[in-house]
Amino acid sequence: MTVVMEKPEQTEAAQPAAPARGVRKVGRPVMIAAILVIWLVLFAVLRGKQTLSLAVADLTDLHRWINDFNDSIGANRNSNPLFLYFFNEIRLVIDNLVTFVQHLISQPSGSRPVPQIGWLGVVGLAGFVSWALGNWKVALLAVAGFTFLGVQGLWQESMDTLALILCAVFVALLFAIPLGVWAGLSDRFNRFVTPFLDFMQTMPTFVYLAPLTLFFLIGGASATIATVIYAAPPTIRITAHAIRNVSRTTVEAADSLGATRRQSLLKVLLPMSKRTVVMGVNQTIMAALAMVTIAALINAPGLGVNVLQALQSLDVGTAFNAGLAIVILAIVLDRVTTAAAAREENARNARHDFTKWRAPLLGAGAVVTVVLIYLSHTYLWAADFPGDGTVGTHIASGTDTAATWVQDNLSGLTNAFRDGITNGLLNPFQTLLTDSPWWLVGAVLVALAVVLGGWKSGITTAVCVGLLVATGVWSDAMTTLASTIVATVLVMILGVVFGVWMGRSTLVDRTIRPTLDAAQVMPPFVYLVPFLALFGATRFTAIVAAIVYGAPVAMKIIADGIRAVPETTVEAATSAGCNTWQIITKVQLPMSRSALTLATNQGLIYVLSMVVVGGLVGAGALGYDVVAGFSQGELYGKGLAAGLAIVLLGVMFDRITQAAARRAGA
Amino acid sequence: MARHWRAGAAGLAVLGLTLTACGGAKVGDTSSGSNSAGSSGKCGTFNLAVNPWVGYEADAAVVAYVAQHNLGCTVNKKNLKEEIAWQGFGTGEVDAVLENWGHADLVKKYIDEQKTAVDAGQTGNKGIIGWYVPPWLAQAHPDILQWKNLNKYASKFKTSESGGKGQLLDGDPSYVTNDAALVKNLNLNFKVVYAGSEAALITAFRDAEKNKKWVIGYFYEPQWFLSEVPLKKVSLPAYKTGCDADAAKVACDYPVYNLNKIVSAKFAKSGSPAYNLVKNFNWTNDDQNEVAKYIAQDKLSDDAAAKKWVDANKDKVDAWLK
Repeated sequence: MTVVMEKPEQTEAAQPAAPARGVRKVGRPVMIAAILVIWLVLFAVLRGKQTLSLAVADLTDLHRWINDFNDSIGANRNSNPLFLYFFNEIRLVIDNLVTFVQHLISQPSGSRPVPQIGWLGVVGLAGFVSWALGNWKVALLAVAGFTFLGVQGLWQESMDTLALILCAVFVALLFAIPLGVWAGLSDRFNRFVTPFLDFMQTMPTFVYLAPLTLFFLIGGASATIATVIYAAPPTIRITAHAIRNVSRTTVEAADSLGATRRQSLLKVLLPMSKRTVVMGVNQTIMAALAMVTIAALINAPGLGVNVLQALQSLDVGTAFNAGLAIVILAIVLDRVTTAAAAREENARNARHDFTKWRAPLLGAGAVVTVVLIYLSHTYLWAADFPGDGTVGTHIASGTDTAATWVQDNLSGLTNAFRDGITNGLLNPFQTLLTDSPWWLVGAVLVALAVVLGGWKSGITTAVCVGLLVATGVWSDAMTTLASTIVATVLVMILGVVFGVWMGRSTLVDRTIRPTLDAAQVMPPFVYLVPFLALFGATRFTAIVAAIVYGAPVAMKIIADGIRAVPETTVEAATSAGCNTWQIITKVQLPMSRSALTLATNQGLIYVLSMVVVGGLVGAGALGYDVVAGFSQGELYGKGLAAGLAIVLLGVMFDRITQAAARRAGA
Repeated sequence: MARHWRAGAAGLAVLGLTLTACGGAKVGDTSSGSNSAGSSGKCGTFNLAVNPWVGYEADAAVVAYVAQHNLGCTVNKKNLKEEIAWQGFGTGEVDAVLENWGHADLVKKYIDEQKTAVDAGQTGNKGIIGWYVPPWLAQAHPDILQWKNLNKYASKFKTSESGGKGQLLDGDPSYVTNDAALVKNLNLNFKVVYAGSEAALITAFRDAEKNKKWVIGYFYEPQWFLSEVPLKKVSLPAYKTGCDADAAKVACDYPVYNLNKIVSAKFAKSGSPAYNLVKNFNWTNDDQNEVAKYIAQDKLSDDAAAKKWVDANKDKVDAWLK
């Protein structure tokens, strides 16, 4: 559900922070082992004491207080000036924006039975814009992709989704780019804003969906704002990073030429960081697409509705067809923005004869596009997508057949595998975490943080542990933590195996990568039903879902890390008589250590973002608390507390792994 | 360069004109036919919440179909969870909820305290909640349908999630449930495992029937899945009024819910013909199951399913429109 950005700071920040390593080099594994042994011994003695467990329906005072607070907001909504003059105004503006775009491409407006621009116009426009911003290859992809959406029989739904995404991305960029620039220029603001960004990215959307509809009512505004909250942080982070990375000498040169602060920002910093900023926009679009199904829970029209409705009658095929449309939208938008970013770079480096032709060609393209838009505005055949979506029906029934076959033929095997992992790994680990006294687990976490990441991350961890206890859902948090760590271990095993394979062969990389992209943007709701059929409603099903979502990012990062190992080093090792296994284990993996740590970091964060989805398939604990809080008013407070606990777990591990990465990279 | 321009533009103009000439039906031509059919203008917009289960979808499909075709309303269906739908009464975003399962907390908050919603009578559907087992199990061990015998079979229901006890599978957290208290107060050697969604429950039961697995779990009627796999209900100690007053001490079966309709206070006073339709809307569990089956198993669209039922049940629909 979450697409947390791949934090680019780390590889760069890796160089300083070198000292103290030589002294500890031998000590660290020993110390970790010692901590774990002490934990086991104390666990044996203190088992079951002070575990802070809380039954499913029980609440703490904090949870009740949040409930009351939430109720009082609802009761006073219509008399509160904050609502009358602030939230209502925001809602009005955003609602108008959404309605405008919807009338343009997806919804009938006024007396017109069809939107202003029909399918032919949208396809033409998509092709033209992709060509103008990127290149002709992505333009072809865009045209083919958009046409396929219509062939699937999902034209209107796709356009509803696109409309919502365009609005959300527009609003997000409106705030995110200035904030990102500010964070790039000011260290203090950067430090201030980072925790908020963490919060926006890891807090489960389910927690703030209901309050959002209270503030901004049911409709386009709430859906857009929910999407903005989740999708804006990547652009802020990446813009800040881009501004920071413009070389100091360039800025100093501009200063010495007498450029004012404003001039150096507009003429030097922004143009030079354009390429990276476009990558931020790319991440924001991807994150917005990840919210499509969630937004459907508050009546946002589009493909998400198809997915959710199909889920109610367990119609895997129909859900997959809609999910596929989301994947196609994602791939088109991703490739176009990536090409646009590359174009920024090329345009700066090479300005030669081709540019002469570009202007007239673009002009001609614009005229064609205008004609297409006119046609689609005027004629029915160009407005309504022809055909009745039989291809979509075929996709759906094909998927159904495949899913049924897998369920019928593999479930014996999968059950054995599930029981093996659950009894051999998950259950003992979970018992250790949930049945130890809370202070013991807390102490172990802090000690590990100090050993792995240094004193600073030890302090962060201590604060997080304290706050986790305060949320009142400590025991559930430990259950979730156990599943999360098991899932992350499996993600890393897969990540290393496939990452190395992909890193060593471009062909493999090219074959596997589209599947990985699809796994990251396919809404989890689509594959939950087949997984449930294979593994039942268990914690293991949740783990598998988390792996599907988390493993691709780990594989990609590790593959990039392996590829970054200098060719000459590998050749030297080969000529020294190393076999393939030795090259991988002695050269390539050790040399991409910082990529491995980054992959662990991102793998863990991605796995954590699937906790709520896990709650829908039998994982219980924090995920279930959040879902229950969304469904029942009495449990709202507890759901919010559980959401906070997920954020705290995320921040804690993020800081520890980042600090560890900085050391490993040194 | 200007020559290129001119040539290109001229070519495009020709292309455009050709396309225009053989363009076919214009957008304006068709709108007059379909759009204004039957709109008496009196009804206006009708905001109908659609809660996320197929039975409700069936209710909404039929009511929306009738409101649109017989009353000329513009129906806005809104896909929302119960909580958010009720919240919408106050903000004017939702006019009606068609199938309410008790929800004492929401009744208290929105009907009694905020007075933004009112009861609009029963739907005629009887909501039954309880513990169900797959049919093969009920056939192989008929005595399992008595709660007293459940402990005898507890070990058969063990799973990787139930910590050595029998597993009692619960579903979507928005369901009304006392299961944890029931297990404790009836001294059953079971543990409640929270599947977390209806999809998870249905998949578990489907798998259990097909592969003869031992599953017992929470389920409810009317539900489309029962026409695919007719689950059997386990009888718990009979319900008596007030036996569920203290949530922690419940030791009796769930009551039969008379499902009802809730509308916003504003909508009730609006005099809209859609309000009368909602108030008069009444049908049986079999009716709902039929439409739900069209939607879930025959994969008809909501509208097509509603049309099929409405065409076959003119007399019932006419009674709602009086």
